[in-house]
Amino acid sequence: MNTTSDLALITPDGVRRLIEVLTARGYRVIGPTVRNGAIGYDAIDGIDDFPVGWTDEQDGGYYRLRRRDDAAFFGYAVGPHSWKRYLHPPQLRLWRAERSGDDMRIIDEDDEPPRDAFIGVRACELNAIAIQDKVFLGGPYVDPHYRSRREGIFVVAVNCAVAGGTCFCASMGTGPRVGSGFDLALTEIVHDGAHRFLVECGTDVGAQVLTELPHRPAPPSDIEAARAIIERTAQSMGREMPATDVPALLRRNLEHSRWDNVAERCLTCGNCTMVCPTCFCTSVEDETDLSGATAARTRRWDSCFTMDFSYIHGGSVRSSTRARYRQWMTHKLSTWVDQFGTSGCVGCGRCISWCPVGIDITEEVRAIHEGECDGDDS
Amino acid sequence: MARRRRKPRLAVWKFASCDGCQLSLLDCEDELLAVADAVEIAYFPEASRGEVRGTYDLSLVEGSITTAHDAARIQDVRRRSRRLVTIGACATAGGIQALRNFADVEAFISVVYANHAYIQTLATSTPIADHVGVDFELQGCPINKRQLLEVIAAFLSGRRPAIPSHSVCIECKLKGNVCIMVAHGTPCLGPVTHAGCDALCPSYNRGCYGCYGPMETPNTRALSEWLQGLGMARGDLLRVYRKFYANAEAFRTESKRHDP
Ligand code: SF4
Ligand code: SF4
Ligand code: SF4
Ligand code: SF4
Repeated sequence: MNTTSDLALITPDGVRRLIEVLTARGYRVIGPTVRNGAIGYDAIDGIDDFPVGWTDEQDGGYYRLRRRDDAAFFGYAVGPHSWKRYLHPPQLRLWRAERSGDDMRIIDEDDEPPRDAFIGVRACELNAIAIQDKVFLGGPYVDPHYRSRREGIFVVAVNCAVAGGTCFCASMGTGPRVGSGFDLALTEIVHDGAHRFLVECGTDVGAQVLTELPHRPAPPSDIEAARAIIERTAQSMGREMPATDVPALLRRNLEHSRWDNVAERCLTCGNCTMVCPTCFCTSVEDETDLSGATAARTRRWDSCFTMDFSYIHGGSVRSSTRARYRQWMTHKLSTWVDQFGTSGCVGCGRCISWCPVGIDITEEVRAIHEGECDGDDS
Repeated sequence: MARRRRKPRLAVWKFASCDGCQLSLLDCEDELLAVADAVEIAYFPEASRGEVRGTYDLSLVEGSITTAHDAARIQDVRRRSRRLVTIGACATAGGIQALRNFADVEAFISVVYANHAYIQTLATSTPIADHVGVDFELQGCPINKRQLLEVIAAFLSGRRPAIPSHSVCIECKLKGNVCIMVAHGTPCLGPVTHAGCDALCPSYNRGCYGCYGPMETPNTRALSEWLQGLGMARGDLLRVYRKFYANAEAFRTESKRHDP
């Protein structure tokens, strides 16, 4: 669909203008910004809010901001936040109820979210949004809250120019090159000449927005430079998912001793599910006031690592850490495929970096895989 | 509610404690009138002198058992209470005064008091649930007033309080905080600590001190290993667990592992 002639070149000033154009079109612009020692996603006013010249160093349970030797806007890998925070908010009041006499009135919450433009969406994150689309919009029960946020968004994607220490999208087939699901996609070129961005249009709206920016056709040398950048990123992934049929591997190994091993290390804190851009589980909490005159129901993110999550009459079904970690990992990598037709993991590495004790999903799979290869049934 | 007969009677009892949790109720300010409207505050020495004998629909119990007299008194409170809810670290785990459980009380007494003929105390500080049946335990040192109101409202309407017992980390993530253990290397007890404070300390760049006690399934041993990796010394590991919730089982066991 996109031939080379669709590719344009803009300058940092073009990106500044892009934020202005999107704001003028009524979008709330959300983009990367440095926040308390990490690069998160927040409402931004202009390019000064970008993490200019910052990158990150990541490993299991480890994240640090580092200075780059240039003024790159997007020279970092994904951080603690994902776009899930905006499309599927952590807490949302669903309705209230009021009692008057013997009557009760249910009042729906007004849910008129702002129209968001996301800037700096990576390939893994576009895949994560596509996965959540299947979860929330794909079946017979559509989530109206997700839909109302998702429908109007404008996506400015970015091809990754650096891979983080915990990234493994290349081995999941979800990056680092953005495929689809964007309005505009940028590739940042900071070296060999002036700071510039290759722009690809993914939609008509994207193309219209591009016409409002100062741009020129991209020369073949820059198209080649962008290709080389993405190729280099693919070659420098910090992690790798073992190249095997992972869903089948896990199905065969539900009683593997590695689950006991990881249970000794896992804190059941739930951080991995909170940071995961595809985890979708929620719980509802009801509250009543002291007089019993009003009630409210709130939805909030939940995690299969909590005891309440699998609580049924008489207790929690998954009371051991072993059972909970296994639920999490087999859902992400195996049963998700049965349920939604894709893996539930896009290789973003967040669960590795933001696990307080650095538990690594790729390492756990590798241990089971190698255990099987060394074992009797190999 | 039009059909409500008499208002439920509320009592607030104090055992060995600092009064901080009872103050959370007085601190409700805006909501205090609503509380007074919904219940008859029948016994609350901290707030009023009036005292009503008899029985209570809901008793909030603050403080731990540290004397033989209190051990007998809590039996009386239980008999008078239809529902008994313990509030705070003292009542639910023994409180900071449970540090005595790790030491020799006689030695403390001889150091602190000139004349110890009048000191009558038990060798341990223990939670209320070690002595009588408890209907609900509200954690925190001190408790969170919003959660206290939730517990009262839940008991008034006969529903389960919405008080999750998962980690502080989940609250931290719902707020959108950057994890300071991962991004700053600051030691944090959030992963093993009971939620309820809305991740107060991590929101201000301080590691969690564990003042809501152990979460539902705390893996203190694994966290300690990680904290050691972050450079925490053995003596400090003992101290991080031996604070407000020193006597809660998970923290007690873990601090003992680091006792020289
Ligand atoms: S499971 Fe981990 S690596 Fe995979 S998408 Fe979720 S957070 Fe990212
Ligand atoms: S891994 Fe757990 S929290 Fe995530 S979607 Fe699956 S069940 Fe839900
Ligand atoms: S894998 Fe890590 S982040 Fe997830 S629950 Fe266990 S300790 Fe927490
Ligand atoms: S800062 Fe502490 S409470 Fe917050 S996520 Fe990190 S470890 Fe958990």
